[in-house]
Amino acid sequence: MQLTLWTYEGPPHIGAMRVATAMSGLHYVLHAPQGDTYADLLFTMIERRDARPPVTYTTFRAQDLGRDTAELFKQAVSAAHERFQPQAMIVGASCTAELIQDDPGGLAKALDLPIPVIPLELPAYQKKENWGAAETFYRLVRALAGPPAPRPAREPGSRPLCNILGPTALGFRHRDDLIEIRRLLDTLGIAVNIVAPLGATPADLGRLKDADFNVVLYPETARSAAEYLKKNFGQSFTQTIPIGVGGTRRFVEEVAALAGIDSAPVLDGPGSRLPWYSRSVDSTYLTAKRVFVFGDATHAIGVARVAAKELGFTVVGLGTYGREFAREVRAEAALHGIEALITDDYLDVEAAIRAAAPELVLGTQMERHVAKRLGIPCAVISAPVHVQDFPARYAPQMGFEGANVLFDTLVHPLMMGLEEHLLGMFREDPEFHDGVGPSHLGGKSFGAPADGASEATERAPADHPPTPAPVPILLDRAATWSPEAERELKKIPFFVRGKARTNTETFARDRHLPLITVETLYDAKAHYGR
Amino acid sequence: MNAPLPRSAAPCGGIDLHQEQGQRAVFCGLTGIVWLHRKIQDAFFLVVGSRTCAHLIQSAAGVMIFAEPRFATAIIDERDLAGLADANEELDRVVTRLIERRPDIKLLFLVGSCPSEVIKLDLSRAAQRLSSRLNPVRVLNYSGSGIETTFTQGEDACLAALVPDLPREAETSTPALLIVGALADVVEDQFLRMFSAMGIADVRFLPARRAGGMPAVGRNTRYLLAQPFLTETARALDERGARRLAAPFPLGAEGTTGWLFAAAEAFGVSALAFEAAIAPGRARAETALAPHREKLGGKRVFFFPDSQLEVPLARFLARELGAELVEVGTPYLHRAHLAAEIEWLPAGTRVTEGQSLDDQMDRCRAARPDLTICGLGLANPLEAEGLSTKWSIELLFTPVQGYEQAGDLAELFVRPLRRRALLEV
Repeated sequence: MQLTLWTYEGPPHIGAMRVATAMSGLHYVLHAPQGDTYADLLFTMIERRDARPPVTYTTFRAQDLGRDTAELFKQAVSAAHERFQPQAMIVGASCTAELIQDDPGGLAKALDLPIPVIPLELPAYQKKENWGAAETFYRLVRALAGPPAPRPAREPGSRPLCNILGPTALGFRHRDDLIEIRRLLDTLGIAVNIVAPLGATPADLGRLKDADFNVVLYPETARSAAEYLKKNFGQSFTQTIPIGVGGTRRFVEEVAALAGIDSAPVLDGPGSRLPWYSRSVDSTYLTAKRVFVFGDATHAIGVARVAAKELGFTVVGLGTYGREFAREVRAEAALHGIEALITDDYLDVEAAIRAAAPELVLGTQMERHVAKRLGIPCAVISAPVHVQDFPARYAPQMGFEGANVLFDTLVHPLMMGLEEHLLGMFREDPEFHDGVGPSHLGGKSFGAPADGASEATERAPADHPPTPAPVPILLDRAATWSPEAERELKKIPFFVRGKARTNTETFARDRHLPLITVETLYDAKAHYGR
Repeated sequence: MNAPLPRSAAPCGGIDLHQEQGQRAVFCGLTGIVWLHRKIQDAFFLVVGSRTCAHLIQSAAGVMIFAEPRFATAIIDERDLAGLADANEELDRVVTRLIERRPDIKLLFLVGSCPSEVIKLDLSRAAQRLSSRLNPVRVLNYSGSGIETTFTQGEDACLAALVPDLPREAETSTPALLIVGALADVVEDQFLRMFSAMGIADVRFLPARRAGGMPAVGRNTRYLLAQPFLTETARALDERGARRLAAPFPLGAEGTTGWLFAAAEAFGVSALAFEAAIAPGRARAETALAPHREKLGGKRVFFFPDSQLEVPLARFLARELGAELVEVGTPYLHRAHLAAEIEWLPAGTRVTEGQSLDDQMDRCRAARPDLTICGLGLANPLEAEGLSTKWSIELLFTPVQGYEQAGDLAELFVRPLRRRALLEV
């Protein structure tokens, strides 16, 4: 059993729903009790979809358990087929139905419907949402892509043709990423054959094989399907994720190479505003800002690179809740000289953020909770999503426009340079002190403790006792602070004060200093500031 | 003005009751945790269930709350199912971690779910064991599973679990009034003032705002249900010897008057004192309702089944606001508790108990009502088809009971219509 306050991912059948809802002409019959119908609201309320997901739930109850839940399932499949007339169906069980072992796949097969019915085995007690989406998409492709065939040579002079794989319903900015990537491909002269799952029909999946190669935007949902297509139809697929200016340029080069065409139409074009904005002198205050990045692997890795290489931040934490992609995230973390955090435990992430004492958190809606509590600015860069992550405006994360969006997303929560300087200079100004947040965010304190209280990094607010999780103990009582040094410490901006305290104490401990004086504080500052 | 007393209500020819079976689109009982964890300020709700349970509560919890919630899920994994881990030891470990983290918790509910019911995890024994181990923290259990409970039945199961644990009132005590069902704090305070004006001094609430303040109950307890979905709680209170006061529910002016009157009658309040106590509130409710009557009068309303509040709400809309009821869906119709309400519904009102979702949506589309009250999953799809909707969960998250809220309640139904009229896009 795992104690879970918030969960990063839903169960695997939610992943299947994200695929089914993204497609048209597909219907999903889910053997599940009535409570599981809450899943509809993810799509109709969070994503604001204008139709119910194409899902029929059996909604069995306790009284049915003594009778025949299998019959109930068969009736639901027949009725759904009759009412919705889908091109294909997927059938499966949610967590509770998995326990009663009715074999939805076998039952549906016995009905001998005149359409493909694809059974899904999604182990609800082992796997999670993204895995469920990937598995569902893979099963659909496997069942509907047709028999394996070698890839026919493209007619000379014809436009190269690719599929775009990965976008789903309820995906973080998938809608806008797709527009942006289609535009890039179009500029390069590459035609798009099928986009799947988003907007595809089961029949479309039978035409996937016509493309020369596949563009995989979200490996979390599309990698296994892309591997299947590579093995059976000889289609290569892209490895680069077009997040950030660098990511997008490498992606364009990769795609151009796969298509055998020139990348110049895009790479010589206007590109993104990010490079100039980042070089503009007003951005110098961004230098080496400490950021903590957490999300799904695709977004966490992409955003960490943007943060470090395109904005000049220092990545002090990088992690993912998607264990399937732990290897990739570990490799990326190593490049930033840190160890990756691979966990789906919200409490562990909270502890790691506390310990890293970042100046900016780039995470999911969960990290927004944590950051708010710790008084650290935060931007959301990955699912799990919230209604706010479906903005009305065009806001991709990918491509050059995505890089523009990321520049704004990463910079806006921070204090503007001059304001930060003044804050540092006049720490005792009653209107302009620690407890005051950035003026552009309303000037309200974002939870910074008042003077005299200890730092956010040491102690949570009273209604939130510290976790028993491995929170590093920042206070080492071996070194005592002199009152003067303690007062001097308070003059350091609160968001780096925890770090200054730890550094000073480590410095004192290493040198066996019994008392931390103002001198020690500045000696440590000089030592660590090298 | 509407008749103040249930007994003098206009005669009704009875309702047109239908029962349906099929696909349901309702929450399970776990959803009640979303408001219960705020109502009982030192209680924690630990769901013993699957990742689906955790995902449901966080999704239903208003697309997330920005404070540390007093609820969590102990997610059962394959090791628990395969018997590799002793489920009870695992539960003890999780609860210990939780209580260490939240020393402010005085009452812990272990909440059963579909998976825990199916694998027959005995949470009542676990609760007993943990109660003695964690003393003074009380540990109770109830089931919020979707195979047994629908949405608000979770509150019913929670309150029913509290009853055996309530202090026992002495046989010789004077009669006390107990109000049963989670209400907004402000509504409780209003009712307290009103009962006090009538001379009923000893008024208690279940649930209380704190674990240590739960009301004593005994043979001299007379209770009023503030919510229509408290079947099991009422049964448990009856077993304790308490007596239910039959009444309509305090929604709208008329319902509130009938509800208060049931207490006044049981406690021997004189007609004069009763009238004096309620007159100002009732007059304010009338004032507040008047402008909404214009907007809702003659409007055709369709209820999808959701919270069991449908029948009293439909009665309010029909009788006090002049709306026309196309269909009143309800997950379950408690004929005894709703007797007064059923009697008040216009003759021939179609009431549907249970659900067959696609069929019901067909009926709704065919009827093209002016306003559809439905769950969150259905609201936007129906809006996209041109129907105005009111999402029903808001009726549980908003103070709507009593005279002072009658206008607010009407406004909840008026708002979607007003909004539609305002928008030019």
